[in-house]
Amino acid sequence: MPQSNEPTPEQIRDQKLYSSMGVSDEEFQLIEALLGRLPNYTEVGLFSVMWSEHCSYKNSKPVLRRFPSHGHQVIQGPGEGAGVVDIGDGQAVVFKMESHNHPSAIEPYQGAATGVGGILRDVFSMGARPIALLNSLRFGPLDTPRVKYLFEEVVAGIAGYGNCVGVPTVGGDVYFDPCYTGNPLVNAMCVGLIDQKDVKKGLAAGVGNSVIYVGASTGRDGIHGATFASEELSDASEEKRPAVQVGDPFMEKLLLEACLELIHCPGLLGIQDMGAAGLVSSSSEMASKAGTGIAMDLDKVPQRETGMTPYEMMLSESQERMLLVVEKGQEDEILTVCRQYGLSGAVIGEVIAEKRLRLTHRGQVAADVPVDALAEEAPVYQRPAQRPAYLDAPSPSWDPAAEEPEQALNDLLALPTIASKEWVYRQYDHMVRTNTVVAPGSDAAVLRIRGTGKAVAVSSDCNSRYVYLDPRAGGAAAVAEAARNVVCSGAKPLAVTDCLNYGRPENPEVFWQLQQSAEGIRQACLALDTPVVSGNVSLYNEREGTAIYPTPVIGLVGLVDDLDWITTQTLKKAGSSLLLLGETRNEMGGSQLQYLRTGANFGPAPQIDLEREKALQALTLSLIHAGVVSAAHDTSEGGLAVAAAEMCFSSGLGAVLSLDSGLAAPIELFSESQSRILLEVDEESQSFVQQQAQAAGVPCQGIGRVIADERFSVSLNGETVIACAMDELVKLWEGAISCAVTH
Amino acid sequence: MKLAVVVFPGSNCDVDMYHAAADGIGADTSYVSHHCTDLSQYDGILLPGGFSYGDYLRCGAIARFSPVMDAVGEAIERGALVLGVCNGFQILLEAGLLPGAVYCNNSLKFHCSPVRLQVVNADTAFSSQYSEEESIVVPVAHGEGQYFCDADILDDLKKNNQIVFRYQDNPNGSLDNIAGIINRRGNVLGMMPHPERAVEGILGSTDGLPLFQSMLQDWRGSRHAAVE
Repeated sequence: MPQSNEPTPEQIRDQKLYSSMGVSDEEFQLIEALLGRLPNYTEVGLFSVMWSEHCSYKNSKPVLRRFPSHGHQVIQGPGEGAGVVDIGDGQAVVFKMESHNHPSAIEPYQGAATGVGGILRDVFSMGARPIALLNSLRFGPLDTPRVKYLFEEVVAGIAGYGNCVGVPTVGGDVYFDPCYTGNPLVNAMCVGLIDQKDVKKGLAAGVGNSVIYVGASTGRDGIHGATFASEELSDASEEKRPAVQVGDPFMEKLLLEACLELIHCPGLLGIQDMGAAGLVSSSSEMASKAGTGIAMDLDKVPQRETGMTPYEMMLSESQERMLLVVEKGQEDEILTVCRQYGLSGAVIGEVIAEKRLRLTHRGQVAADVPVDALAEEAPVYQRPAQRPAYLDAPSPSWDPAAEEPEQALNDLLALPTIASKEWVYRQYDHMVRTNTVVAPGSDAAVLRIRGTGKAVAVSSDCNSRYVYLDPRAGGAAAVAEAARNVVCSGAKPLAVTDCLNYGRPENPEVFWQLQQSAEGIRQACLALDTPVVSGNVSLYNEREGTAIYPTPVIGLVGLVDDLDWITTQTLKKAGSSLLLLGETRNEMGGSQLQYLRTGANFGPAPQIDLEREKALQALTLSLIHAGVVSAAHDTSEGGLAVAAAEMCFSSGLGAVLSLDSGLAAPIELFSESQSRILLEVDEESQSFVQQQAQAAGVPCQGIGRVIADERFSVSLNGETVIACAMDELVKLWEGAISCAVTH
Repeated sequence: MKLAVVVFPGSNCDVDMYHAAADGIGADTSYVSHHCTDLSQYDGILLPGGFSYGDYLRCGAIARFSPVMDAVGEAIERGALVLGVCNGFQILLEAGLLPGAVYCNNSLKFHCSPVRLQVVNADTAFSSQYSEEESIVVPVAHGEGQYFCDADILDDLKKNNQIVFRYQDNPNGSLDNIAGIINRRGNVLGMMPHPERAVEGILGSTDGLPLFQSMLQDWRGSRHAAVE
């Protein structure tokens, strides 16, 4: 029964009103065929959000299917709120990364805050206690008021939400590149801890059982958020501000504690966050997975506004809400727990045998559709792919060998992408719950598991310049670098979550980027034995027709079996030796120095040999386990010289590097060749390390030593090319971001 | 020593405080709900950090009306030790159990990092295990920690040695670098820095531990006095 002010099914068809909800002509015909009649306004709304890319992965499914998602360590792969991975002793980590790019582009504080809220709920709806948050952020250069505003507000939004809920924000990554000026990326990752026996799933099991709504009441905020997230941004996007939700972290904290108590109630059978597409996605997905249906009486849905229609209630993305399925007769026990936490809960429906989502409102049927049609039967598109023309465009000419090394190092350290991110993470409570052993600023964050001798290391990474130039190598490099970071912290990489950020998939060049980079990720995950257990796809990251660089962000979790193995990148002792594992080649394509000097990103991206990568990581871990490594650092953006300088920062020490190479100094020092790790080892351990490296087939060279003086000098083939005082380098590196935002 | 960690809706450093007390000094520690109206069995009350009631309205402004706050007042009357850290300090200020107020940090931003403090008064129930003028490293994590009071109160605080900790590198613009103050009677300490986050070497600092050890020492001393 349509609401009086809503268009009739015939009007929707004849005037093609569905197209404003993002439904194509073909999709509308498919809906009509699935229902055997014309859908009413509410029903078109249900399909439009459930069949959006954000919910259905209709464009990316053929690519995602190819990811390895199984392994001895995987307890739950993709398909639930988050992936679950075994860490021994009956415990598991639960983690996922998700994008909140579009909301953050137009309402950065709330967009970022609710991104954090959503990913937290994905994790605690599985029954896990969130132990860490990370954020992978991408912005344009910090030289316009708009970008500064977006950057400052996104950071403030993450801080405002995460700090209040009391989950430490321990890491992430921030890059600045013009491709993100109109379309910033805000990807949030959460890691939770759980006893394996407590893992809960989003299942609407058992006909006759009750459907209970818990948490904040439903308002008109965020209607069509999932649809909005599945189209390109434009200046008109400002009008979609109402599609951005508003977060209440205090409510989230109450919901978190209540849910972690509820999972121990035997009457609780299923639980799912009302995230993207709110009530419709949680109900239809829980029913579809369980092979049941759900009937809901929308008059019972707690509402914060008057006169809400079924369409508005079902599509609202009001935050801090959960949908539970509870055994008949156990409702009071559940609702009592909710009340203890000051939360309202209401029985709003029941599980039915017919596989339908049946909604009633004011005594009349508002919608009646097959749940599988909503949750499972969205069309899947095989998009055409085509190698982008830009790959064959002529490159600017640039001679890196002619760069002056000392000036280059100074300039690189002051680049916001390389500079210290302390301005960012100082705003995040990264210590709350007192488990953060390695705080932000090292290769990976490390959290001990209280009451055990174990710890988990987490890192997120993606250098999109490499992915743009060579999606396959760049995708593999993103996985390899995340794993290398975790290894440098003393952890064995376990598994991956990903957040795949791209432009319009209908553009064959964009789809090719997606396909190729996914293939790179697949190969790297197979080689490094890190299956993909969860993830998210964000397409249509375009502004006025220009797509972002393809940015498949990788979040990786590793396990440290012994707290003594925890290693940081900071140098420890004057007199120790610096060793470089891996090989430096002339790979300046996509490098930070190239962009800095030419304003362009071109040439072949650094290549990666996954067998070598694997050997490098295995060697590094075995050396850490042998107790001979006092600091370890992955060489990434800015190359060897930047990595070595970073090891000196906050150590109170300096370094003297003396290299022999056939490469020109700027290439030796700033090439971004993959599969390299810098180690600090005791002088007496140097020969042991070299023997081990030789046995493992990993190139290893002594490149210098740590000194008590706060100086940083580099010589190549006997000639001094860099000689700086540490405090000058520190000043550039520490000050770059805060100077950029305050001026 | 029996200690209570009061849990308000939105408290989030309750677990940290619990472990500092239970594992740090081996105190018999319990979580106590904000609904609790009787704290008579506890020798000390710990008000943890967090965002009680979301810090809506003003930090601590709603929490101070919790049922438990009457019991906290009674505990103070009978001489029990009360420690308020971060949001706990803000609640004590809002409740008028310590003088002054806090503003937004002068940076207008949340600030989380280890900071260096000076122990100004090492002759209190919370600081006897430090030495006078000792420099310690304890983390701060707050958005509203800029301590302020009027000139009369500041005079009083100084005159009565009520300033227990000062920032050596003031992170929030607090008046006179004040990081922690005690009441006249000496049994209520409020501070913005988090000593409970600095009780294990693996987390970077153990400089917060002597604060809890001081409380234990004071309790032992008072028990000894009672037996005599």
